[in-house]
Amino acid sequence: MRIELEKRPQVSKLYAFVSPLLALVLTLIAGAIMFAMLGKGPVEALDAFFVEPLLEVWSLHELAIKAAPLILIGVGLAVCYRSNNWNIGAEGQFTIGAITGSYIPIIFYDWHSPLVLPLMLILGALGGALFAAIPALLKAHFNTNEILTSLMLVYIAQLYLDWLIRGAWRDPKGFNFPVSRDFAQEAIVPAIWEESGRAHWGFIFAIVAAVLVWFMMRFTLKGFEVVVLGQSERAGRFAGFSSKRMIWFSFLFSGALAGLAGICEVSGSIGHLQPAISPGYGFTAIIVAFLGRLNPLGIIASGLVLALTYLGGEAAQLSIGVSDKVTRVFQGLILFFVLSCDTLIYYKIRIVWSRVRGGAA
Amino acid sequence: MSPLNVPASGALLSVQKLTKFFGSFAACNEIDLDIAPGEIHALLGENGAGKSTLVKMLFGVLEPTDGQILWEGRPATIMSPGEARKLGIGMVFQHFSLFEALTVAENIALSLDDSIPIGKIAEEARALSQAYGLPLDPHAHVADLSVGERQRIEIVRALLQNPKLIILDEPTSVLTPQEADRLFETLFKLRAEGRSVLYISHRLEEVQRICDRATVLRHGRVTGACDPKQETPASLARMMVGSEVAAVTHPERNDKGEVQLAVSNLSVSARTPFAMPLRDVSLTVCSGEILAIAGVAGNGQSELFDALSGEYPVSSAEAIIIRKKPVGTQGITARRLLGAGFVPEERHGHAAVSAMKLSDNLVLARSQSDRKAFLGILGIIRQGAVKSAARRISEVMDVRKSGDDPSAGSLSGGNLQKFIVGRELDRQPAVLVVNQPTWGVDAGAASRIRQALVDLAKAGSAVVVISQDLDEIFEVATDIAVISEGRLSRPYPADELTREKIGLLMGGLHEGKHAAEAAHAH
Repeated sequence: MRIELEKRPQVSKLYAFVSPLLALVLTLIAGAIMFAMLGKGPVEALDAFFVEPLLEVWSLHELAIKAAPLILIGVGLAVCYRSNNWNIGAEGQFTIGAITGSYIPIIFYDWHSPLVLPLMLILGALGGALFAAIPALLKAHFNTNEILTSLMLVYIAQLYLDWLIRGAWRDPKGFNFPVSRDFAQEAIVPAIWEESGRAHWGFIFAIVAAVLVWFMMRFTLKGFEVVVLGQSERAGRFAGFSSKRMIWFSFLFSGALAGLAGICEVSGSIGHLQPAISPGYGFTAIIVAFLGRLNPLGIIASGLVLALTYLGGEAAQLSIGVSDKVTRVFQGLILFFVLSCDTLIYYKIRIVWSRVRGGAA
Repeated sequence: MSPLNVPASGALLSVQKLTKFFGSFAACNEIDLDIAPGEIHALLGENGAGKSTLVKMLFGVLEPTDGQILWEGRPATIMSPGEARKLGIGMVFQHFSLFEALTVAENIALSLDDSIPIGKIAEEARALSQAYGLPLDPHAHVADLSVGERQRIEIVRALLQNPKLIILDEPTSVLTPQEADRLFETLFKLRAEGRSVLYISHRLEEVQRICDRATVLRHGRVTGACDPKQETPASLARMMVGSEVAAVTHPERNDKGEVQLAVSNLSVSARTPFAMPLRDVSLTVCSGEILAIAGVAGNGQSELFDALSGEYPVSSAEAIIIRKKPVGTQGITARRLLGAGFVPEERHGHAAVSAMKLSDNLVLARSQSDRKAFLGILGIIRQGAVKSAARRISEVMDVRKSGDDPSAGSLSGGNLQKFIVGRELDRQPAVLVVNQPTWGVDAGAASRIRQALVDLAKAGSAVVVISQDLDEIFEVATDIAVISEGRLSRPYPADELTREKIGLLMGGLHEGKHAAEAAHAH
């Protein structure tokens, strides 16, 4: 017996739709097995992990808070990946965006103006874009592998943040704790619906960004350029598109969105800078982008799913007493199953039991 | 070589009702084929007729869905190329599988048992290559060899296995006429030894010249089995295409119009280690003229195309002048806006993106030249306008496709090429540069494309056709120049050149070196 992969003559539309769902189901099965091996009841565990967080309003707000950076970053990364540029360093761009965006409320804490928040958001996006410009420059002019450079810059950004918070930006009245000064009221991204929970406008930005990028990719020449260069650089060159300019565009664009996500997170849900501002949003957003088929509207859905794994991890830690590393396990399982189920889109699987021969042989 | 042990009567290889389905599509449908010992058997057919599928089944690359293969009268199941070789089947593929950085002997060793020392392989390869008139230095690096020499490696590699049947897939598509002649002599030698050759081609003239019998395929079925020498090219073509192939009406020589494209002293250094630098290339093309650039692949054709199209701009603006504007340093978009159109050699991933729809592939080449018609505010693509233009092109060029707007990859080579050429013709370019317009294209589509090029020139455009196919060149060209090692010969009026003369020019014999031969010495 052997298993054969037979290339489909045409990409299967059915499986393009079914594959992410199938991947989710397989993830749940694998998760249930894992919980059973940990000695927990799989049904209760999965219930605590994936269902309970959805039953309360405050919890839905938390879901939106966690989904916002994932969607914002994921949408930017989708543009990058569609154009065949592999920005793995969104976590770093997120961190630098948080730092540059926090410049005004921390250094000019005495300045009170309605301009503060818009300026912060702009500075945050600029910071993220400039940080993403480093791997872009290295790739466009020195042909350096952007996967390595963007990834390694993450650690530089995180250590820079750590250094700032323990040094120059430490709150003078903070009893030597490594945190910055609290942001003033006008430097906080406002809540969407304050009476019911904490979710802030970052989530709205994320949805708007996703819809705009979807429009760009679906209807405009720019989106066409992204896809052409991603599929074949040679054909892009024939079309008069420049792959160098696309490196710059995709990195600056995804960096700016990651930076915006960074400052929204710090300003909207934390309220000050601290050494740890992200549970790995920049990396999880890679999974979000792929689970969403690199389609901005799909990314809204997958962003919510991955946000649920964070929330479920926290909930499961409390209610059934498993490590919050379970979150990481689930995220890994999802990516693993999504990528493997995608095989079904391009290939038919045949199990051949024995050699079948027609004729008189 | 040991004497070949073949039954005195009966076929060496007999294929009965061999069928291969891909999904519901029958690539080969109940094919019958007999190859006698010691014959050169032609397998004729258009692209997509099922030739490659059939051969892959014979060589153990694909498994047949149905039918059987008899080898020397006994049923055989060929599960892998290794088993095919063990039976005595050797194969020379159209696209060589050679490592350029390795030597000839090392490349041969890769396909043999690990246990044979490389010195022995080199020795045997040298002996074989001399015996069959395929001179080859086993210690040369493949990167330094011409395409013809690379093919010899493949042939010697197959011969080392002492095969009874050698399958050659489109072997002459990359050779000069002289190189092809040498190959034919080798094939005759093989036949004289009692070996059989299965010769895949769509070049009718060649098949008539060297093959003893022919089997013709169309749409996965056998449409004819004949002695090609008894047939005419027209009757063979009819079996292949299913209808008469329209002959291209040759352009009349009219008076030359204005210069539309002028290249002067263009030199381009090699971009990659395996590229050919262009050396001091000059040419002019006027309205109504079709300048064909002949040459063996890899002599600077693609580099010349890249420079002319502006995909890789050159350092001097004056080196390339399109419609009186120096454009050497400008990109492809600027040149298109001056009225130039371009058709690259490679269809998939260069002229078209396979996974994209035809309408998208129309935008690919014309987003800027037809900005007004195709783009709205914010760069929104007007799908309606694009789709109707794509439909118009498909109709004019008779592009056969499944569905209204299928992906480029789902079209056969010929139909996609018709679309790609039609995409440029549709805007009536003043200058059209085409690289290998009918490479790998079936006879019907090729004649359609050639006629379109001739018509375009008749309407007053200047056309440059870079081609390896001499039949094509003589069909369309008003003037012919030959490219060799990055140097371009001066243009000759088409009616003053013979195949032999072109062959000599292809070999790099320019007027200077070979003044006596040249019809027009300075």
